[in-house]
Amino acid sequence: MAENRLEHMSENILEMIDITKTFPGVKALDSVNLQVKRGEIHALVGENGAGKSTLMSVLSGIYPYGSYTGDILFEGSVCKFRDIKESEKQGIVIIHQELALSPYMSIAENIFLGNEQAHNGVIDWNETHSKAKTLIELVGLKENHNTLVRDIGVGKQQLVEIAKALSKDVKLLILDEPTAALNDDDSEHLLNLLMKINKEQGISCIIISHKLNEVTKISDQITVIRDGHTIETLIKNIDEISEARIIKGMVGRDLVDRFPKRIPNIGETSFEVKNWTVYDPMDESRKRIDNVNFNVKKGEILGIAGLMGSGRTELAMSIFGRAYGKRITGELYKEGELLVIKDVKHAIRSGFAYVTEDRKTAGLVLIEDIKRNITLANLEKISKRHVVNENMELMVANEYRTKLNIKSSSIHQKTGNLSGGNQQKVVLSKWIFSEPEILILDEPTRGIDVGAKYEIYTIIQKLASEGKSVIVISSELPEILGICDRVYVMNEGKIVGEMDRLEATQESIMACILQSSS
Amino acid sequence: MERIKNIFKQNMKQYSMLIALIVIMAMFQILTGGILLKPINVSRLIFQNSYILILAIGMLLCILTGGNIDLSVGSIVAFVSALSALFSVTFGLPVWFAIILGLLSGLLAGMWQGFWIAYVRIPPFIVTLAGMLLFRGINNIILGGQTVLLPEAYTKISSGVIPDFIGGVGGLHVTTLVIGIAFAMLYCAVSLLIRKDKMKYDFEVSTSIFFMGKLLAVSFIIILFAYWLALANGLPIILILLGVLILIYSFLTNKTVVGRHIYAMGGNQKAAALSGIKTKRILFWVYANMGLLAAVAGIVFAGRLNSASPTAGDGFELDAIAACFIGGASATGGVGTIMGAIIGGFIMGILNNGMSIMGISVFWQQIVKGLVLLAAVAFDVYSKSKTKTAHA
Repeated sequence: MAENRLEHMSENILEMIDITKTFPGVKALDSVNLQVKRGEIHALVGENGAGKSTLMSVLSGIYPYGSYTGDILFEGSVCKFRDIKESEKQGIVIIHQELALSPYMSIAENIFLGNEQAHNGVIDWNETHSKAKTLIELVGLKENHNTLVRDIGVGKQQLVEIAKALSKDVKLLILDEPTAALNDDDSEHLLNLLMKINKEQGISCIIISHKLNEVTKISDQITVIRDGHTIETLIKNIDEISEARIIKGMVGRDLVDRFPKRIPNIGETSFEVKNWTVYDPMDESRKRIDNVNFNVKKGEILGIAGLMGSGRTELAMSIFGRAYGKRITGELYKEGELLVIKDVKHAIRSGFAYVTEDRKTAGLVLIEDIKRNITLANLEKISKRHVVNENMELMVANEYRTKLNIKSSSIHQKTGNLSGGNQQKVVLSKWIFSEPEILILDEPTRGIDVGAKYEIYTIIQKLASEGKSVIVISSELPEILGICDRVYVMNEGKIVGEMDRLEATQESIMACILQSSS
Repeated sequence: MERIKNIFKQNMKQYSMLIALIVIMAMFQILTGGILLKPINVSRLIFQNSYILILAIGMLLCILTGGNIDLSVGSIVAFVSALSALFSVTFGLPVWFAIILGLLSGLLAGMWQGFWIAYVRIPPFIVTLAGMLLFRGINNIILGGQTVLLPEAYTKISSGVIPDFIGGVGGLHVTTLVIGIAFAMLYCAVSLLIRKDKMKYDFEVSTSIFFMGKLLAVSFIIILFAYWLALANGLPIILILLGVLILIYSFLTNKTVVGRHIYAMGGNQKAAALSGIKTKRILFWVYANMGLLAAVAGIVFAGRLNSASPTAGDGFELDAIAACFIGGASATGGVGTIMGAIIGGFIMGILNNGMSIMGISVFWQQIVKGLVLLAAVAFDVYSKSKTKTAHA
């Protein structure tokens, strides 16, 4: 790297100068500047909708030359990418949040997808496999190259994506929220890998992430974007780099508290689960939930911590009207009385609500508008003899739009066009409208920006203060610690620990998980 | 102004179909030298297309649940028309009883398919493809490959008009005109009630001038249409049946809880299921309903031919599916209206009828219809991609 420093021109591998991109009615990017030094890891942070992904789409040619103004200089020369293929040719590879892998193809086939090792159109499988093996080893993936991608976890799939990028002679690797769907272990492995390929192969990286602890750990420079403007670039060892400092740049003010204050008012036990065991619906000999016991009280916010795949979602869904699992055994007690729930509808009638971890694929009907989504789970309340009273529906929807501060043009806006935070508010409205007593929230703030998170926490706390029992499943330990009164720790389908607000710390929870792992 | 623009945008798809229908009508009116909209031809258009429109209503519900189609409806039409012959001719049962049995058989055929689709989770395409072969086969067994003549009463349903109670004046079917006027008044009354209810809730309503204008325009069209039919032979019985079906199913899809569930399921099945919607049960009944409506269409069609034949209903499924997609239904489900499907059906019908009057060969007619279907869906995809990028 030393000789590169001497040549002024090539110090920056990438310069994006005065990039402006407008959509009908919105200026998504306004004179944004970004400079990425050769061989560095550069983080791009900002709230959802700040323009990070748009900027990367401009860079990779998804928004072709001519649809924006400003210049892109890559390795000193001006680039006019018309599509993603052209930017890849120059060595710019983008890995999107939604992985672009084909599930029924093997790891090796996926690595060379679109870049097949072929002679005259005939694939050379020996070459494919031997090259794939090398790449698989390089990224530290402990899988056979013939394994199908659908049979490996998200963490490993992410590694396949990186291997795929490396196979293309990548010079600048862009990762959009690479660890959003990963647990802490997989995240750490991925970040170490990034640092390794960055150091050993000299590949420059741009990483977009909401996880500020990761950003501060691995990046050499951090550029903050807010509302389509570049706010600042923080340089390691020169500027102060702390989470608080970055958040200040992102939201434009000091965020003293990431969690609203609250004095809990906890009542008696409202719901209890005893000896709950659930088997995998695909493989009925496999236990997914193993003899789980827990309870939640009125007015309490209960956290369930654990790694991805520890069975938290499966536990929640099996309770919520047997929406998951086979051969379910165990008892549910609501206010001391045995409860047998047949299906989801019955669960809702019995006072349960479940906010899914993935709001886009399982929470919302994206092609329908806000009002129809809000009333969906409790249409009976606004109907008479199975006929929906649309006027009442309008009132209900307007009420929730105001109450939960859903930022939208009107209640007739399609939910697919809302930002993540506002989509989540619609989902919450839907479940509050179903008048539950026990709410299970699965990753309620995933992929939501800092400001909207605060609003969501406020809503959760308000529900608890109304005497409802709220169960929060989250992979973000600070969130669990920030809002919950009591925490259960789950690992491998079992409850492996229970902690009070006072005794729970990130360390104690992680220790609990590690000690229980077989 | 902004609001009107918004309303227009929201209803754009439905209006664009209506505009397309009017343009096609105007075009053929000119090309056929004014024959298309002659009273007797308008009447014929209704008779010719009634059974496809009935099928399109049922098909729309299938498509709404998630882009699912039913390939077996043509064969169920044949199946039910063969059963009609069996019950009324071979067994000699009274016609009303034979009709009830026919409808029940259609419902059962639909439930049979609904069972495999909803509860065994076999893709609808495969189940109904099997049904297409199965019910066509049963038809052939019942009829022994022969065409069987049906009792007179069947013809009455599909080709009859209501009797003129008041008495004709110079070839004018006065009862039809009276019914038309009554219907227009009913429409105005219902619209007023809905508006009043909205005002009671303090919601914005369109300005009274706009509202009155709309009432007058629609009433005028209804009465003009009735007058046109009165000039022909009078109000066809089948139009009453069709009107009732359109009203029932429009109400079902727009105003009822079940309707909401159907749309939500088509939009996102997982989210719907986790909102307490019994998606399997809905899928089952939607296909059962399709069987029932196919039976209605089967009886109407048998009446129109006055016979049950081995080739009855051949290819009807494709016309019904095309009507839905031309009428703006989404191929992935969750989007589409009954009125859209009806308009789509009429577009197909007018293309058929207009080109036949012009003496264009059946082969060319098929080419034109194929291109129209493709163009309609392409327009749909294009307009969708446009709204998407606007919000990216």
